[in-house]
Amino acid sequence: MDWTIIWLAIPKLASASIVTIEIALLAGTAEIALGILLGLLSLSQSRAVRSTVLAYVDVIRGTPLLVQIFFIYFVLPGFGLGLPEFWAGVTALALNGAAFISETVRGAVGSIEKGQMEAARSIGMRRSQALFWILLPQALRQIIPPVTNEVINLTKNTSLLSAISVFELTRAAQSLVSIYFAPLEIYALLALYYYAITKVLTALSHALETRLPKW
Amino acid sequence: MLKVEGLRKSFGTTEVLKGVDLEIPRSATVVLIGASGSGKTTLLRCLNYLETPSAGAIWLDGETVGGSFSGPGGAWVAVSEQAVARQRTRIGFVFQRFNLFPHLTALDNVAIGPHRVLKRPKAEAREIAAEALRSVHLADHSHKHPSELSGGQQQRVAIARSLAMQPKVILFDEPTSALDPELVHEVLDVMLELAADGMTMVVVTHEMRFAADVGTEVVFMSGGRVCEKGPPSILFNNPQQPETRQFLRFFQMGDANNAGSHHVR
Repeated sequence: MDWTIIWLAIPKLASASIVTIEIALLAGTAEIALGILLGLLSLSQSRAVRSTVLAYVDVIRGTPLLVQIFFIYFVLPGFGLGLPEFWAGVTALALNGAAFISETVRGAVGSIEKGQMEAARSIGMRRSQALFWILLPQALRQIIPPVTNEVINLTKNTSLLSAISVFELTRAAQSLVSIYFAPLEIYALLALYYYAITKVLTALSHALETRLPKW
Repeated sequence: MLKVEGLRKSFGTTEVLKGVDLEIPRSATVVLIGASGSGKTTLLRCLNYLETPSAGAIWLDGETVGGSFSGPGGAWVAVSEQAVARQRTRIGFVFQRFNLFPHLTALDNVAIGPHRVLKRPKAEAREIAAEALRSVHLADHSHKHPSELSGGQQQRVAIARSLAMQPKVILFDEPTSALDPELVHEVLDVMLELAADGMTMVVVTHEMRFAADVGTEVVFMSGGRVCEKGPPSILFNNPQQPETRQFLRFFQMGDANNAGSHHVR
């Protein structure tokens, strides 16, 4: 164990971890918003809308995230949709996570008793209003644990963005290893950084869960 | 005001409504009675377009509710979702199991309609809600969630939720059937006050005492049809149809004071 290398790597990885956290925050927020939207759309009365969402979820679930990242970073520019690696990474992670969250939202909102939708409609709400104002809030308690889980997955999956040279934690660690040739020290430290970040996320989610109003 | 013409409704191959004609004048309290399975609840749900009719028409002030069979070959043509929503604001519905929104306080249960549907500012919607809760004698409970209220109180909040939309008619689907017997009267008292204030109401109920005291017309349904209808004094005291007589025997109308726990003030 070479402690001088560890002392050297700590601040370098710390600054790279900021990029990881940035990506996680941006992609996490986007995946939650998009996931809720897709989840509600999958409960739409229009068969076309429903099957489009389900097809999207099906494709995302059936292909590896790394392939999706490559697709967005290397293939989309050919169609005039070029994104710098940071934003390509955020986009890929958000689009991927949104599919999983939409399934959670669909299940939880769909399980709310049918009388709630009828009551909402009987006071003149449109279906979309009833879904958003009446059913979704009641499903939140059920949605939060799996969504937290998904955000933690997304945070760990940011490491895959090293493959398109986003200079986040894993990429930074790789370059340190290639300079100092101390894989044990640096990768152990890298694992610790990820572990700490996901611990903070888990604690945040617990705080959120206990704060949810009870009824 | 509300008019039903030749209304039929089938679920799969089962025809639940076999041609119902009914007219509900303004300020009337029309009480639907009949055995379970006679189609009362289905009729009520069609009136609010919670169910799509299989044939026939429903008119509210000269406008068809939900849609009409005016398409090619008499196919059902639904009006837009927007239009149905607007019609529903004029037709209140009170459910057997209340169906209050559990995540909202009593006040917000009532205010959410005026706020989100009628687009009133939040403060104004809450004023409307507070007034509606006062009229069902629940002003002191407005901050509570449904789970903190008794069944009778919950049903009165549900009535207030309808009232806040200023409907032209309120439909009640067995509003006291899910209540403990000692709580029935508080809901019936509120309905009695509504009737006295001139609200138009259609009530599906087994409370024969209420039907007799408050109903302007009692409609006895049997096998998906209107079997007999008339003012309560006539229908209860001198029923013409054998089905009506047989049904009323269950309720021992000769011993009407025991028919329900309701005491009319």
